Amino acid sequence: MRALDFEYMWDMVPVLLGYVPLTLFMALVGMFFALIFASVMAVERVFRVPVLDSFVRLFISFFRGTPLLVQLFLFYYGLPQVLAFLTTINGVTATIMGLTLHFSAYMAESIRAAILGVDRSQWEAAQAVGMTQVQMMQHIILPQAARVAAPTLVNYFIDMIKGTSLAFTLGVTELMGATQKEAAGSFLYFEAFLVVAAIYWIMVEVLSFAQRHLETYLNKAYAR
Amino acid sequence: MITTAAITVNGLNKSFGDTSVLKDISLEIQSGERVVVIGPSGTGKSTLLRCLNYLDRPESGSIRVGDLTVDPASASRSDILALRRRTAFVFQNYALFANKTARENITQALITVKGLSKAEANARADETLRETGLIDKADAYPAALSGGQQQRIGIGRAMALDADLMLFDEPTSALDPEWVGEVLDLMRRVAEKHQTMLIVTHEMQFAREIADRIIFMSDGQIVEQGTPQQLLEDPQDARTKAFLRRVGKTGASEGQS
Repeated sequence: MRALDFEYMWDMVPVLLGYVPLTLFMALVGMFFALIFASVMAVERVFRVPVLDSFVRLFISFFRGTPLLVQLFLFYYGLPQVLAFLTTINGVTATIMGLTLHFSAYMAESIRAAILGVDRSQWEAAQAVGMTQVQMMQHIILPQAARVAAPTLVNYFIDMIKGTSLAFTLGVTELMGATQKEAAGSFLYFEAFLVVAAIYWIMVEVLSFAQRHLETYLNKAYAR
Repeated sequence: MITTAAITVNGLNKSFGDTSVLKDISLEIQSGERVVVIGPSGTGKSTLLRCLNYLDRPESGSIRVGDLTVDPASASRSDILALRRRTAFVFQNYALFANKTARENITQALITVKGLSKAEANARADETLRETGLIDKADAYPAALSGGQQQRIGIGRAMALDADLMLFDEPTSALDPEWVGEVLDLMRRVAEKHQTMLIVTHEMQFAREIADRIIFMSDGQIVEQGTPQQLLEDPQDARTKAFLRRVGKTGASEGQS
């Protein structure tokens, strides 16, 4: 057994921190689109729009049923062979696409469950005052469902941040890819991956802190 | 005095599964009239109210409010929306929007449905909150209000809509006895404004005092109707007599339908 090379680890921190923005960029853009996709699919699943419903169910089934890595390879290596206009797709874009579609499938199900959990009286009151279905969803049902879904959605976001590390398999030099390169040069694998693990961990902890504030905000209407 | 019908109901039928809940109900309520529906639990009183704004869709029968006629055979989504926008509904369980403050509960529909500006809606809401005696609770969320306060906001939300017809579905049945009085007081003030009201209630004393007409329903049918004097003092049908004997002259808030 050898001693850890703390100096090496210390020197690596600023180098790796330089890649944090790219990781957060992929996760945030992915989360943004995933939330939109998931909400649309969840609402569709609640109202069961004919024809569209079959597509949404197939979509959710596929993206929940296959590994994220397989989906990323399909987008990056596979699709450009079939669809010519995708030949210029870069690794970052492919990763964001993959994360968006993969996580939107999961998130659609938890948003759907949250929507169905909103008390029937809330739907009826919205209908009784003459709201359209869109107004009812926008002002009454979705805000209340958001409160219920928030903890699980933050969970998926955490998963998504860590999922960005798969971008390195598409040749993207992001946090994980940079660590890999560093370690390959120094042969100090343990040190290198320990540092990157700590960086991911701290990012997630900061997010958990934000989550507590988000939940306090979403619960403010329910405090007695 | 020339009266015009606020709502005309013709041959309304509704069943849940094999159980027929409303059987060929016809009813006309004049503008400004206050009608109270009484009857045993489970006889379709609430279902009648819920069919009038299509929270429950009837199987057949037409509903006419002003120049709008809605028939389940041909009712489009916009017909139903139009019907709901001419009626206002007060729920037994208050059904305030849980994510909105008391004031927002009132302004929400004024802004999204009636297209008022935020300032106009707030002004109208504050006026209503003062009438309900709850202006100091304007920024409170429903979870922080008592049952009686929630129901007063529920009535305020319905009042602010300026509907042709206000429907009250057992508005005091879910309340602790201590809150019943304040809700009935507010309903009296609504009545003083010549608002057309259709009220399902078990509060017989209140019915006697406020109603222009009382309708007795049993088994999904209108058995008999008349002024409070006629119906309560001189009921004709055996079922009415039996019901009145059971609930007594003042009534109890025990039943739900």
